[in-house]
Amino acid sequence: MIEIVSPGPYATVQDLGRPGYAHLGVPRSGAADAPSLRLANRLVGNPESAAGIELTFGGAVLRFGDNAWIALTGAPCPLDADRRPTGMCAPVWIPQGGTLRVGTPREGLRTYVAVRGGIGVEPVLGSRSTDSLSGLGPPPLRPGTVLPVGGAGPSAAIRVDSAVQGPFSSCPPVRIVLGPRADWFAPDAVAALRAGPYEVATEINRVGVRLRGAALERARGGEIPSEGMTLGAVQVPPDGRPIVFLADHPTTGGYPVIGVVTARDLPLVAQLRPGDRLWFRPVPGVRT
Amino acid sequence: MTIRRAGEHALLVETGSLEAAHRLDALLRADRPEHVEEIVPGQETVLVVAPDADQGRLESRLAGLLASVTDAGAARDEAGAARDEAGAARDEAGAAAGVVEIPVVYDGDDLDSVAALTGLTVAEVIALHAGSEFVVGWLGFAPGFAYLIGLDPRLHVPRLDAPRTSVPPGSVAIAGPYSAVYPSASPGGWRLLGRTDVRVWDVSADPPAKLPPGTRVRFLP
Repeated sequence: MIEIVSPGPYATVQDLGRPGYAHLGVPRSGAADAPSLRLANRLVGNPESAAGIELTFGGAVLRFGDNAWIALTGAPCPLDADRRPTGMCAPVWIPQGGTLRVGTPREGLRTYVAVRGGIGVEPVLGSRSTDSLSGLGPPPLRPGTVLPVGGAGPSAAIRVDSAVQGPFSSCPPVRIVLGPRADWFAPDAVAALRAGPYEVATEINRVGVRLRGAALERARGGEIPSEGMTLGAVQVPPDGRPIVFLADHPTTGGYPVIGVVTARDLPLVAQLRPGDRLWFRPVPGVRT
Repeated sequence: MTIRRAGEHALLVETGSLEAAHRLDALLRADRPEHVEEIVPGQETVLVVAPDADQGRLESRLAGLLASVTDAGAARDEAGAARDEAGAARDEAGAAAGVVEIPVVYDGDDLDSVAALTGLTVAEVIALHAGSEFVVGWLGFAPGFAYLIGLDPRLHVPRLDAPRTSVPPGSVAIAGPYSAVYPSASPGGWRLLGRTDVRVWDVSADPPAKLPPGTRVRFLP
């Protein structure tokens, strides 16, 4: 088991979420930066879908009740594993009773902790993820929370000493496929979106990232008849300031979506901090 | 009727009506195309999310189904006009069998405000709400929260100016053209007419939502 001595500013258990229930109003949820969670799991020989811990702005202290192999990925933080400095993106051995201290990230926002065997909290609708919008899954971690280890399914041998992950830019270009409701906007709205940059506002969470920048003017008023929303959708409320939807986004909505961020680039958005900037780059939809 | 791209991995099918959206939703669930992860009906749309599918092939498939649901609707309307009495009786029997009945204690905190806003008596408000048949349009806002279509236009009232910080589960409420049963405790700005013991959301049940899209609903006073 793992005892949360301190969760830092905000920490939750996350796996790859609970897809398949959107028609019942259930957000997908899951790691906001899914590739980082997958990498952390691979490093300790877990299936990629195992549950780990998603830290927001680092700052956590975890105590391990048993021997454990762990790995941290995502926003790079100074790490102290059982009183020894250690690195990101590598399997790390923690002896029984050992403590992991995670500092403040140099760049990026969300850091993932995988433990060999996975975090074994009870799944809800097939997932162990905390859904911050609906409250499904375990509550956010608090000092004193105890997390069981296990349940991840068969582990593979640990074969890698370390991995490399990309830099976490504070001003990335972000590719976006226009639509489905780009036609609800004035002709110069797409030009404004492209011209950028947009700055990340202070209102950011697992539901979405609110942006500040040129307001995107509508060509038509009113609300769209309620329609399904998708991961990465850039929804534009009446004030014209776009919101990029992350993992806990609502399943339906009535504000028009001017475009959808590509799956490759959405994890970059999930790693932005307030005050960071991004440039939208419209691309044609890729036929996969 | 159009099929729009919603990013690399999803298509938004415009069906033109709620009925056609429900027919398309039912067809897709009965014969799910390969790799489809989510099928999300809306008021006049169905969102189909399929990250691993060939989007071009999926679009062709959806275009065929869309034509059939809109044609089928038209055909059914024509047939309906010529339908004989036996057919009508059979449809009614079938309809009665498929309705979810929700017993309600009409003692909500907003009965008086709804009566004042509508110029009706409280008894008339209750009679109109319990006298209508609803259909679940779509879900949203919270897991299991079904937007019920079919509210008598005389009961269309605005939301509360200041939402309540917590509405208990089982609360039966109205706002705008909709009615709903709160599936779990949540903040809420809809006007409360009453409460029910029926659990419309239970994560341990399969399916967890009692009122999926297309379900017909009646409230019993």
